[in-house]
Amino acid sequence: MRELTYNEAALEAIAEEMRRDPRVFYMSTDALPPLMNEFGPSRIKVTPIAEAAMTGMGIGAAGSGFRPIVDWRQVTFCFVAMDQIVNQAAKIHYMFGGQVTFPMLFRASVGGGSQVAAQHSQSPYSMFMNVAGLKMFLPSTPYDMKGLIKTAIRDNNPVISFESGRLMGRKGPVPEGEYTIPFGKADVKREGSDVTVVALAWLVHEALAAAEALAKEGISVEVVDPRTLVPLDTETIRASVRKTGRLVIADEAGPTAGFSAEVAAVVTEDAATFASLKAPVKRVCALQVPIPYSPVLENAVFPDRNRIIAGIREVLQGRRSAAAA
Amino acid sequence: MPMSLSPNLPPDKQREMLRQMLTIRRFEERASADYLAGKIYGVVHSYIGEEAVAVGVCSTLDRGGRIISTHRGHGHCIAKGADLNRMMAELYGRQTGYCKGKGGSMHIADFGIGMLGANGIVAGGISIITGAGLAAQMEGKGGVAVSFFGDGASNAGPFHECLNIAAAWKLPMLYVCENNGWAAQTSAAATHAMGDVAGRAAGYGIPGVVVDGNDVFAVHQAANAAVERARAGDGPTLIECKTYRWRAHTERKGQVDPRDRAEVEAWMRQDPIALLERRLRDQGQLDDAGLRAMEGEVMGAIEAAVAFAEASPHPLPEQATDDVFAA
Repeated sequence: MRELTYNEAALEAIAEEMRRDPRVFYMSTDALPPLMNEFGPSRIKVTPIAEAAMTGMGIGAAGSGFRPIVDWRQVTFCFVAMDQIVNQAAKIHYMFGGQVTFPMLFRASVGGGSQVAAQHSQSPYSMFMNVAGLKMFLPSTPYDMKGLIKTAIRDNNPVISFESGRLMGRKGPVPEGEYTIPFGKADVKREGSDVTVVALAWLVHEALAAAEALAKEGISVEVVDPRTLVPLDTETIRASVRKTGRLVIADEAGPTAGFSAEVAAVVTEDAATFASLKAPVKRVCALQVPIPYSPVLENAVFPDRNRIIAGIREVLQGRRSAAAA
Repeated sequence: MPMSLSPNLPPDKQREMLRQMLTIRRFEERASADYLAGKIYGVVHSYIGEEAVAVGVCSTLDRGGRIISTHRGHGHCIAKGADLNRMMAELYGRQTGYCKGKGGSMHIADFGIGMLGANGIVAGGISIITGAGLAAQMEGKGGVAVSFFGDGASNAGPFHECLNIAAAWKLPMLYVCENNGWAAQTSAAATHAMGDVAGRAAGYGIPGVVVDGNDVFAVHQAANAAVERARAGDGPTLIECKTYRWRAHTERKGQVDPRDRAEVEAWMRQDPIALLERRLRDQGQLDDAGLRAMEGEVMGAIEAAVAFAEASPHPLPEQATDDVFAA
């Protein structure tokens, strides 16, 4: 199968949907050359660096029959548009009694690892998960990216596409034909029986590397990628934990009131899943600090495959080792 | 400010403007009374005193024109043709209200008539309606979009971002500042370095005009010129309507109103409705009997709206989870 990068997969999805539906248009502070070349300035709107205006304009255009894509570029820049996101976009359908729909896709890169310090290294998706009325996803592969973006553009709600900055250039197989990926459907990226690792984006790949390393010791790791954060596929996560009895959650964001906390709650508040737990839930997250610049400090903050391995060993403590069994 | 010239409007249209302004006034009087009686919940912001702005502007729009409003939104709804029954039912928190009882006074919207909603955040609607202006430009059918906002909102970031982008893209927009001199409890004089909000238009390279916001014909004429400019592809206009709200910021009992009573009374002597009535009488288009008939018709509509609201069912508790997401 042909391979595309994570970023190319996103652009291919957008171009396909723009060809399919003339109501789709794009707003961004920079023109993306492949989109501008194909669709021109009537559908690719290059805005001033004014995220509050462009985000609000997306809402108004959506309420007027269009299907805007608003590209914030980095998630950092959307914070100047929080009124438009939280007070307006998230609530407007509900607050007005559902009389019209507001189909919008917001794009935002997240994560760290490129030494750009605190304002340009952020993973704040749990802040948005907390706001009723927004859907959102965070893909780990080019395949997932393409299918989820296509679904998002066809959805009749505001959807945020969080996109991992670390994965932009990473290649993966993407079939030529048309496909979409439904929201609320996790993907088991690797099956296993001893421990479940629920991971997002870049940490899916780190978890797969950890699983590969531990397989040599006879430890069988299942890697679950939720893909969509809202709606969250609680059933797949719970089913995996009921099977393995152990849970490690790996997230590039800090732990406090985060995605990892939500997954821990989803697992422990369900009686059957709770009863299946053989060890406390373990979170492997970034430290709860603003992200520092120096690579020495940055690496100290973020989790990686080694910390996932350490987390897995921690939840496996007390288990008879595979060798002794 | 000079009186507006006699407008080239048919008498029926002029009487219709008066009828709408009266409807707003009586609706607001009833909303205040029912709020104080505990029948309407939350908060109500009265538009009394500013009726000529909403009616003057909306009288230049066809049904396809889109507007957005503020926390003080009842007048804009009525001027755009909203259904009084569904408005009152929304204030009463009923299922039959515009928002099925989920919005209340600050969130009445009717997208079917191009009313994109009242908005509880000062300056919150400006970017949304600018997106509707972009939609109108992309549709290419001569549609225009109108942002109503107050003097307070003119000091917030989205005002400046949106006027710039609308000017740069020549969006078919009217930015209508209802300058009533007070942002909640704070005077415009204390927060504006420049006396006229309209003067800021120069910074965006667009026309900025000041009109007597209590003179419905003056507002109509300014809006009409701006609509023509927008339809011609020449871009937005900033219209500042100098007006005044007769009542305190909200209808809450014991609400502090820091304004000088003499200032309030001076503005009440410039009642926009009395002004229009007088001019229609002077032109021989209205007499006592005609006015009484109009008053009776308006009061009948308000009473019918209240009866409709009172007879309407409350929402069911389980409906709290409806419409978080669209299908």
